[in-house]
Amino acid sequence: MTAAQSQDAPYKAVLEAPEIRRALTRIAHEILERTKGGSDVVLLGIQTRGVNLARMLAERFHEVEGLDIPCGSLDVTMYRDDLRMKPARALTKTELPAEGIDDKTVVLVDDVLYSGRTIRAALDALNDLGRPRAVQLAVLVDRGHRELPIRADYVGKNLPTSSQETVRVLLHDVDGRDAVLLGPKGDGK
Amino acid sequence: MKRHLISAKDLTRDDALLVLDTAEELARVSGRSVKKLPTLRGLTVVNLFFEDSTRTRISFEAAAKRLSADVINFSAKGSSVSKGESLKDTALTLEAMGADAVVIRHGASGAPYRLADWINGNVINAGDGTHEHPTQALLDAYTMRRHLGSLDGRKITIVGDVLHSRVARSNVLLLSTLGAEVTLVAPPTLLPVSVGTWPCKVSYDLDSVLAKSDAVMMLRVQRERMNAAYFPTVREYSRRYGLSAERYSHLPEHAIVMHPGPMNRGVEIAAEVADSARSTIVEQVGNGVSVRMAVLYLLLGGAQPAIGADK
Repeated sequence: MTAAQSQDAPYKAVLEAPEIRRALTRIAHEILERTKGGSDVVLLGIQTRGVNLARMLAERFHEVEGLDIPCGSLDVTMYRDDLRMKPARALTKTELPAEGIDDKTVVLVDDVLYSGRTIRAALDALNDLGRPRAVQLAVLVDRGHRELPIRADYVGKNLPTSSQETVRVLLHDVDGRDAVLLGPKGDGK
Repeated sequence: MKRHLISAKDLTRDDALLVLDTAEELARVSGRSVKKLPTLRGLTVVNLFFEDSTRTRISFEAAAKRLSADVINFSAKGSSVSKGESLKDTALTLEAMGADAVVIRHGASGAPYRLADWINGNVINAGDGTHEHPTQALLDAYTMRRHLGSLDGRKITIVGDVLHSRVARSNVLLLSTLGAEVTLVAPPTLLPVSVGTWPCKVSYDLDSVLAKSDAVMMLRVQRERMNAAYFPTVREYSRRYGLSAERYSHLPEHAIVMHPGPMNRGVEIAAEVADSARSTIVEQVGNGVSVRMAVLYLLLGGAQPAIGADK
């Protein structure tokens, strides 16, 4: 057992690398189907792991259809409604693709969909950045417990959880390994 | 917990880098068609200016408004201050009106420290007497970082009236925190007695320092000093300490020329140098808004400030 795995001791892996890969491939197909061929689609990953997921999805499009889908990143920190509940946090990059987002179908990409507040903030941020024709949402894991009327268009895995649990998404580029872990709350990041 | 930005000393290296990185991201907002973020909605920032400074006030005002804060501008001129009201009473009035942060410019060194004792909001020093001007130092560091990359080991030369310059003092403190080597160049009469304790070198000979400088910051010579026996004549000052086109040509290729403004063209800096491609004087003004947005966000945006010293 590697050091990284032993740290995850109280965590149970619900998705491993091959399953994540398959889920992303399926989502890529679904996006192609729903957007009628993927023209005018822009992927916007929500910082931080959403950005890596968006990039992984873009690779899938390339492999599956030979399509190059523009890919960007979105930091929603300044739009959060819980800013004044925590210390001010450092900002990360917001980078729109050169094509912009006006009149495009923007697919927001995030790792875990939970309360829906991050997505609410992302929709506000999009409003200030341009005017997409449509906005859709792709998430790797939907763990439920929504606090706002927000729903994902593409879901890698529906994972019924208790609010006493934490879902951690590990991605190769950031964490050295692809996995979705389920563990007790307050333990880990 | 209340925290303030009164001195460049309040910032650790990590704090300073956090401000600069945050400013980098916020600068992108200035390039968008909607130049506004909802972050400080509902908060009130008071610009309390006992000295005139349109440039600094507008910069803070733009920064606060871009973060959606409400801004109250308070200028001492024509206010109750001219009727004899004390700083403390002014502060208490602002506090009662619900100021979440006060940006203060005052002619007396140390006024922001006193203010911080009297009110609950965050205090940001926008220049106090001959003491400090930390956000100016941050925007200067930001400008240098944009042109030169990391400031570690960079050689920065600050030239002119160091004695009366809060910009110079804040810059020396901040730049040394960020790992740069600062050299002050000034006539002996325009250096403070305590300069030996500052984390910098001192020289009286501009030409010997210029060729090794990555950035040269020219300070403004104030008109009232010109006849106050700090130096014999303006012409002599300009000849020995002014950045002429000839001196400019001795600077390394990559070096930048800075000035906190407003300039006396032809005195501390030649007009053609001020307008040259390597002059960052206009850019500094724009960077000031991004840096002040970063400071306001980091002090006011969260439950606890992310930067600044406890008071």
